[in-house]
Order: sequence, then C-alpha cells, then structure tokens
Amino acid sequence: MNNIFYISAIVAIISSLMVITRRNAIHALLYLVLSLLSVAGIFYSLGAAYAAIMEIIIYAGAIVILFVFVVMMLNISQSLKEEKLSTSLKYWIIPTILALILIGEFVYALFKKNAIVSTISAIGAKEVGITMFSTYLIVVELAGVLLLAGIVGAYHLGRTKKRNLHRYNLPANSVEEGDKKPNDSIFSD
Amino acid sequence: MNIPIEHQLLLAGILFIIGLTGLLVRRNLLFMLMSLELMMNSAGLVFVIAGAYLNQPDGQVMFIFILAVAAAEVSVALALVILMHKHFKNLNTKNLNLLK
Repeated sequence: MNNIFYISAIVAIISSLMVITRRNAIHALLYLVLSLLSVAGIFYSLGAAYAAIMEIIIYAGAIVILFVFVVMMLNISQSLKEEKLSTSLKYWIIPTILALILIGEFVYALFKKNAIVSTISAIGAKEVGITMFSTYLIVVELAGVLLLAGIVGAYHLGRTKKRNLHRYNLPANSVEEGDKKPNDSIFSD
Repeated sequence: MNIPIEHQLLLAGILFIIGLTGLLVRRNLLFMLMSLELMMNSAGLVFVIAGAYLNQPDGQVMFIFILAVAAAEVSVALALVILMHKHFKNLNTKNLNLLK
C-alpha cells in the first residue's frame, strides 16, 4: 500500500498543478477529475474505501459535472477556435501519462501475489454508517437542511421570469371584465 | 501504519497550497471556484488521514459532511456565476468592484 499512496500522491500533485495553470476551462475540469480520482486512490490506501467511493461518486461524478454544465451553458471556453489544435499530441501526452499511471497502480494492487494485508485496519461502510446515525445524527439532519437551502437558493437565483403580482399592474386594455385570470402564476411564460 | 503521518499531512498541505495559489492568481471566477474545490478536497483528506490514524470512523463521517457542504456551496456559487455572466458577459472578477 505504500507504493499506491506515493504514486497517487504524485499524480494528485501534478494534476492539481495542471488545474490551476490551464487556459481552457474544460481542460482544467478534466484535470480536476484526475486529481479527485487520485485522492480517492489515496483514501483507499489509507483503508478508507467508503470515503474513496463517496469521493468518486459525489465529488468527481456530480460536483464537477455541475461545473461542466455551467461551462457548456455559458460557452466561455475558447474551444471552438482551437478545435483543430486540441487533437494534437501536446494536449494528449500529459493526461495520458497520468491516467496510465493510475491504471498501472490499479492493476498492480489487484494482481499482487501476496494478499493485501497490512497493518492498516480498513474502516468500512458499516462502521461509518453506525457512527453517522448514532453519534452524528444531528449533523446529518443539519446537512440535509443545508442541502435544502442550497437547492432553494440555486433555484431562486436561476429564475429569469418577471412575475406580475398585481392585477392593477397589467396594461388596461388587456384585462377584461372579470373572466380573465390574473397573470401571477409561477408557470406563466 | 506503513506510511508516516508526516508524509500524508504534507501531501494534504501541498494540495491545499496549490488550491490557494490558484485562488489567488486566477481572475476568472470559474477557475477560482475550481481552486476552492481543490482546497476543500485537501481539507477532507486531512480528516480521513486523522480518522485512519486514530482507527475511528469519525474521519470519514466528517469527510462526508464536507462533501455535502461543498455540494451545496458549488450549486449556489454556480448560480451566481450564471447571473454574473448574464450581467457582465464575461467572468472577470475585476468587474465586481461596486463595493470599492
């Protein structure tokens, strides 16, 4: 497990350096995914397999996807002009080397001759679950409330429609004698 | 533990400093948020290191809570990024100077 830790550490450092130095937003996001995957490898080498899986699923699989969606919506990366250049070798060489290092250590960890028995005691999902729902129960509920606040806040900030709340704000010639519904539905276009 | 605890904490510190450098150097708001994610990830790494060192599951529990906080923060921050882009048409933070 020593080698897995040090190799994943080097990959994490290199890809984090690449995250902060790229010009293209999508390139930086892909290096961020690589950094998160290598940190997940570090978690696994410490015996925290549950944290590794949660990092991959939630962090690299949902939060970075949010970033990618925003970059796609806002169209801020200049990849349209550089599409011809992004298939050249100098864009591929570093990510390929880093990804091959990660795959190599994954294969090494799976096919070692002796069993992977070390002095690290693996703390699995069962103990984490028992602790989370007995000792830290209040924090779990508070995290749920926080996520609810995040959802409501993001929804409110992302709304674009103006709402006409009062009937007297409507122009006079479009309101008829009492059989027209007020224009204050939140689903109005 | 096979790996010395100083090496693990040093790695977490290096990742945190890299994220901090990215936050201070970049002017694009999206890249600043990415560097912030790197910093939060390294903070979670410190918690998992401590949990593995003390043989308690509390480290992973704190890491899951950090994950939840990061998810909520990213969703609100990206909504603000979208609003800023709609208003300024670019994401340069030197446009955000109304409070000077």
